[in-house]
Amino acid sequence: MNEKFDYTVTDKVIEQYGAKPSSTIAILQGIQEEYRYLPKEIFPYVAKKLGLSAANIYSVATFYENFSLEPKGKYVIKCCDGTACHVRKSTPILAKIREMLGLSETKHTTDDLLFTVETVSCLGACGLAPVLTVNDVVHPTMTPEKAEALVNELKEEA
Amino acid sequence: MLKLTNREALSKLREASGAALKAESKKVLVCGGTGCVSGGSLEIYDKLKELMEANNIPCSVELDCESATHADSVGLKKSGCHGFCEMGPLVRIEPQGWLYTKVKLADCEEIVEKTIKNGEHIERLAYQKGGIVRPKQEEIPFYEKQTRIVLEHCGHIDADSIIEYIAIGGYSALEKALFDMSGDEIVNEIANSNLRGRGGGGFAAGTKWSQVRRQKAEHKYIVCNGDEGDPGAFMDRSIMEGDPHRMLEGMMIAGVACGAEDGYIYVRAEYPMAIKRLKNAIAQAEELGILGDNILGTGFNFRIHINRGAGAFVCGEGSALTASIEGKRGMPRVKPPRTVEHGLFYSPTVLNNVETFANVPHIILNGSEWYKSIGPEKSPGTKAFALTGNIENTGLIEVPMGTTLREVIYEIGGGVRGGKEFKAVQIGGPSGACLTKEHFDMPLDFDSLKKVGAIIGSGGLVVMDEDTCMVEVARFFMNFTQNESCGKCVPCREGTKRMLEILERIVAGQGRDGDIELLEDLADTISSTALCGLGKTAPNPVKSTIKYFRDEYEAHIYEKRCPAGACQKLKKIYIDPELCKGCSKCARNCPVDAISGELKKPFKIDQDKCIKCGTCVAGCPFKAIKEA
Repeated sequence: MNEKFDYTVTDKVIEQYGAKPSSTIAILQGIQEEYRYLPKEIFPYVAKKLGLSAANIYSVATFYENFSLEPKGKYVIKCCDGTACHVRKSTPILAKIREMLGLSETKHTTDDLLFTVETVSCLGACGLAPVLTVNDVVHPTMTPEKAEALVNELKEEA
Repeated sequence: MLKLTNREALSKLREASGAALKAESKKVLVCGGTGCVSGGSLEIYDKLKELMEANNIPCSVELDCESATHADSVGLKKSGCHGFCEMGPLVRIEPQGWLYTKVKLADCEEIVEKTIKNGEHIERLAYQKGGIVRPKQEEIPFYEKQTRIVLEHCGHIDADSIIEYIAIGGYSALEKALFDMSGDEIVNEIANSNLRGRGGGGFAAGTKWSQVRRQKAEHKYIVCNGDEGDPGAFMDRSIMEGDPHRMLEGMMIAGVACGAEDGYIYVRAEYPMAIKRLKNAIAQAEELGILGDNILGTGFNFRIHINRGAGAFVCGEGSALTASIEGKRGMPRVKPPRTVEHGLFYSPTVLNNVETFANVPHIILNGSEWYKSIGPEKSPGTKAFALTGNIENTGLIEVPMGTTLREVIYEIGGGVRGGKEFKAVQIGGPSGACLTKEHFDMPLDFDSLKKVGAIIGSGGLVVMDEDTCMVEVARFFMNFTQNESCGKCVPCREGTKRMLEILERIVAGQGRDGDIELLEDLADTISSTALCGLGKTAPNPVKSTIKYFRDEYEAHIYEKRCPAGACQKLKKIYIDPELCKGCSKCARNCPVDAISGELKKPFKIDQDKCIKCGTCVAGCPFKAIKEA
């Protein structure tokens, strides 16, 4: 167990969902909401509390796309690349945002931890395609130009 | 609010709330679905409220049976999704039934002044097409051709109010199931209705229910699959957001019928608003004593829990979904035993999707014969479809099963966007197939679609026009399933990877002779050997695009040409000799020295060297360089 890591937040989340194996996903989601990622220190700790192995918790964390083991940016931009958005040309929008922030398919987060850019399969807002979300707020009918303006706006706000 | 402890208390509340709802003669319903909210509908709602208060117009935001101020007050409500997302934000005015489209903050003042104060219609906010103005929602072709049963309340009631749901007759099916029917009668009614699962497979719901009912077990569970992962589908989201109580009622009836006391709803993490509305609905139902212990004094206990997904498409598969609720990796297991025997926590489990449960209250109230009178006998009822892609009227629709593709695309959908030529429609998402013009008059129902190798799936319909490359579409879906493959079985994990590699090669202009045959071979192997439904159906988009658009595959492979002109790497850039003045600017700009020629004579591009970067196209002063 890591002596330096403060487990107050983790304890609070475990208490909220109950220290049982079926709460694993909810607990990890709760922790991620606090830290914006899953710090590696929590794995042995949560495992012990739930009576599971650390490998078990780790296997769940790595299986689901929503969990991140790396810190994420202040603004998480999710570009929808679902079918509806794809046929309404979502790819140039993603390319524009990545180009502006110096990100790529393998590098998702800017070094200043301001932006994380991800793709999602479908946000279910197909009626407004192409869409993207910034910290879960939906921005409809995007174009590369609108995306550029949005990123600039966020940069100023930060 | 007082807890309802018996049947009479519920009837009384229904009467009182019904009267209160009737007293609200004027209503303004602002769409609070995800689509309109991102268009700013919540700001419009706040603005309307502010303006009405400033104008001393009594407005009630919550239906309240005890206050008597209703008679002349205006009900201002946030409703669920109206479905016509393309025209959002939407505002519906009652009693006139007017629908205002593309409403902006600046329009609010006029709405309050003219419509709310004086009952005048504002023509410029009405839907119009081809010079015809259609003030009433029901007269708009998009709505006129629909039959709304599951979505009947979406857009018409306040989605956050259990009182309003009860006022329009909500929870009377539960009441009937609890007091007037035995478990066997409920199961028989569902079985007789031929209600088939709306999640994709179309398995008879009644069969599942009776199998769970028959078993003797300490615990039984009702699980609702709200993990609507198919890209291009949002029917279930709209039901959860727009009429959450309807779905809860369906689950409770299943609980009564099968003897289960716990229900779980598994919702995608990408649907935060659906989770919020469901949580609110559950809390309201618990407060009223409709959920919890000793419901309405009958001794029946039922609790509903919400599980938020964590971003795994495969969790839409039954056994993966239950594993995920248990807190494990969401990986499918070998079946049998089936979910009805060994489902959640190794107990008998009824697993249906959102739309299926939302159908249940109607069947219990109106009877199975009524239900069977809608649509074809073998797959009765209606189906909600999400109509998206290159279509004029994007949105959520509901039609009787057996409606033809032509009616859906042209009469409701308004045809292909921008007057382009129709090419294909993808039905059933990444597990589905594409349908072409030859299927225009085929009825959309479980059995007809199965015959042509397609499935209804959850109900996504993505329309593609002439500019869409079908090989690229196949690559797109394969990329999706390959990404979402859980990795447990080899055919899906490795097979989809190999198929994706081949498709990527083809769209990049490096297709080889024999690729199509290899794809077909791999597709057959994966379909027959993969462990779960996701793997078995993963090759469907490739199979169907090869079947109907083989010529496009061949053009990519043998002629290195994309007939739709969509594949970047297959684009040909050429210089029109008629327009070229031979200024040599392009040759100087070309990063790979692919352009050459003599000054003042037409230049030429060496296609083998060209990397299709487009620098020459953008720089030509005479617009002589073109892409094909």
